[in-house]
Amino acid sequence: MKYFARRLFHATLLLLAVSIFSFAILQLTPGDFFAPMGLNPQISSRTIAGLRSQHDLDRPLPARYGHWLWGVLKGDLGRSFAYNSPVTRLLAVRARNTLLLTGTAMLLAWLIAIPLGMWSAVHRGKWGDRAAGVMTSGLLAIPDLVLFLVLLLAAVRTGWFPTGGMVSASFSDLNAWNKGKDLAEHLFLPALGLAIATLPTLLRHVRSAMIEVLEAPFIQAARAHGIAERRVLFRYALPVAANPLISLFGFSVGTMLSASLLVEVILSWPGIGPLLVDAILAKDVYVVIGAVMLSSILLVAGNLFADVLLFAIDPRIRVE
Amino acid sequence: MHTLLAVKNLNVSYRRGDVRQQDAVQDVSFDITPGEVLGLMGESGCGKTSIALAVLGLLSKEQAHISGSIQFLGKQLLAIDQSALRSVRGAGISMVFQEPGIALNPVMQVRDQVAEVIHAHKDLNWKQCRENAEWMLGRAGLPRDQRIFSAYPHQLSKGQQQRIALAQALACEPALVIADEPTASLDARSQDELLALLRELQSELRISILLISHSAEVQARLTDRLMVMNQGRIVERGRFEELYRNPLHACTKAMLRTGAPADVAEDVDLEMVR
Amino acid sequence: MKRGLKPDTNRTEPLLRIAGLSKHYVQQRTFSRAEFTVNAFQDVDVELFRGKTLALVGESGAGKSSLARCIALLERPSAGKIELESEDLLALNRKALFRIRRQIQMIFQEPVSALNPRLNACEIIAEPLAIQREGTQLQQRERALQLMEQVGLDAKWERKLPFEFSGGQRQRLAIARALALRPSVLILDEALSNLDASNQALILELLAQLQVSHSLAYLHISHDLRLVSQFADEVAVMYESRIVERKKTHDLFASPEHLYTKELLATVHSVESILLERSA
Repeated sequence: MKYFARRLFHATLLLLAVSIFSFAILQLTPGDFFAPMGLNPQISSRTIAGLRSQHDLDRPLPARYGHWLWGVLKGDLGRSFAYNSPVTRLLAVRARNTLLLTGTAMLLAWLIAIPLGMWSAVHRGKWGDRAAGVMTSGLLAIPDLVLFLVLLLAAVRTGWFPTGGMVSASFSDLNAWNKGKDLAEHLFLPALGLAIATLPTLLRHVRSAMIEVLEAPFIQAARAHGIAERRVLFRYALPVAANPLISLFGFSVGTMLSASLLVEVILSWPGIGPLLVDAILAKDVYVVIGAVMLSSILLVAGNLFADVLLFAIDPRIRVE
Repeated sequence: MHTLLAVKNLNVSYRRGDVRQQDAVQDVSFDITPGEVLGLMGESGCGKTSIALAVLGLLSKEQAHISGSIQFLGKQLLAIDQSALRSVRGAGISMVFQEPGIALNPVMQVRDQVAEVIHAHKDLNWKQCRENAEWMLGRAGLPRDQRIFSAYPHQLSKGQQQRIALAQALACEPALVIADEPTASLDARSQDELLALLRELQSELRISILLISHSAEVQARLTDRLMVMNQGRIVERGRFEELYRNPLHACTKAMLRTGAPADVAEDVDLEMVR
Repeated sequence: MKRGLKPDTNRTEPLLRIAGLSKHYVQQRTFSRAEFTVNAFQDVDVELFRGKTLALVGESGAGKSSLARCIALLERPSAGKIELESEDLLALNRKALFRIRRQIQMIFQEPVSALNPRLNACEIIAEPLAIQREGTQLQQRERALQLMEQVGLDAKWERKLPFEFSGGQRQRLAIARALALRPSVLILDEALSNLDASNQALILELLAQLQVSHSLAYLHISHDLRLVSQFADEVAVMYESRIVERKKTHDLFASPEHLYTKELLATVHSVESILLERSA
């Protein structure tokens, strides 16, 4: 228990530091949300000053930070200037959408990577493995941007899939089954894109972890005892190979809010990504800070999750 | 008395890519009869382990080129397919490896590791396999304690780990056990106990043993006949006591430590490994 | 019992004196606050003399390797003193310790992992010289070749990599490397255990010769009592992190006192006695 308390304490310190850093960085960039309005001759500088003061932008930074921090402790992440609504509500919806996307993509990627990686390792060096290797290298070499644009192009040209958004305009009119179908259609391309983008690294990790385990003496010993090859693979090799993969999984969970930014922007998926991009450009300060904090929390939680998972699964880590 | 294992003109050469590399085993022939202990001695790298791996079919075609004949109870092991070979491994011929710490599955409970071997060969349900496994572990000298049975290898001592390996090897009552340096990584006391156990089980279960060990004392305790190897070839063979009292070849003298080291210096060790 | 290849030097001042050496590790269970202490070794008193070999025997896990590493200055003990020719080694600062290190060298059990697989023989032997910045590269190479001859390796193998040597030859390499800095103490941690019988005899012979010619003190850890009876002048028995008995070799084998020592000796059988027992 002391261990957890210590981790929690460190995590809190980290989050505090991140928030201070984000505030400071945003402050360093010139201008604020209302600055572009000054370009409009029809809006008087007095109006702008009034708006600024209304949103506390004229107060010094430490004071604003303190005010924000106090709000956080009460569960209030501030207000978005652009949307004129509480950040918390805004982020909640967007975060949900993002998690849906990354969750699906992760599932897809792992479901392909594990069997393919195992198969590659077993047939190491043969044409199948080589082909898979070429494919992963190719995918790694292609910039994610290009990949997502290609998918977008495919959607536009073929018309098989919607080119953006999460649901159709008529979503609320549909029955439950069609709602699901509609969501799936919209989800398909972005999830596929993200899965393809993360697949190569994952595949390589699975393959090398399996190869390393398959060369271990205890595998040869198991074969020497007449254990069937399939059982050796799944009951002996995979559990041991899982060790490095579990850490990887934990970290992947940690990046679930951030990994999808690019695909969301390009394929117009209403997640945190586009929100964050717009907010940064517009200097919608509290939205940015809120999104960054949320991502950080998930990252820290992901790391802790990886450790707990490892402890639960690998008996060697538990000290007697 | 019919032969259990008949090896004739066995050749094993490892390959790297398509190139035939070292001839690890050259033209080796020997027989093992039921109930006998055949010892195999030689320097590290002289091909002893390669023979064991070849007999069990643990060397793939990509790893090594094997030729010759290995007959076990009438079956030609080099000609049968993998699934037939699988039924021989562990149930007909089984092996105890040198380093128990790395030959055991690190994330599987000790009892289950023995149960797996039983399950692979016998038509029993898991409960029965586990019960048999526990019995076998007890027979191998481990205390009948659930905590030990549920333990993982790294929680036990080397001596205990080697007993588990022995239990695995004997679980399906094989006719032949290949013991590859079974006591090499153990301290004096564990070595003593394990050898006593091996002797007891060998006479009780009437199994044959191919005992690979570079230690004259270990061979002396168990072996009936002995073969001495050098650089892939068998250079001398005979009853252990005969070889001990009247060694002819320089290697035999060196291994059984009956000759002065100086005599042997030119023949052994100082030649480069090719 | 021991083959007399060396002159029986008078028991003068000890070269290396270890007093009250102890080491414990504190481990913490993951996810909980409980800590527990593991004693590697406690209250060890040992003396090493020039030209003499002290053997350290005991079960694996009794702390012998840990002790060896502390004496070799690879780890710091928790308590006690190590004096080399009356100089307190544990009180030295890093710089002074760096210069002292050359005096105490270690040979490990597994030659494969003790030698850098990417360096050739000459480079391996010359590495300590390079680290201590002794001589030019040319001089270092010459000394390395010299050492190769001394340990019985053909100098023309200087460019060979470790994997090209046999197990016995690799240990010779390790010995040559250990001798490069002209140490006065050599610690052998199960250095013979991975070798087969014939190689063991040869390496022991070499070590005996070197001990005389270089006036070295040996601390030899071994679990093989038969070998110990051949090479040791004195034997210390370790049991559960303490030294329970220390005697001259002959005395220990003839009249052991501690229960554990007796148990250990009971496991030592000669081939003759085994054969006798079998035929009975």
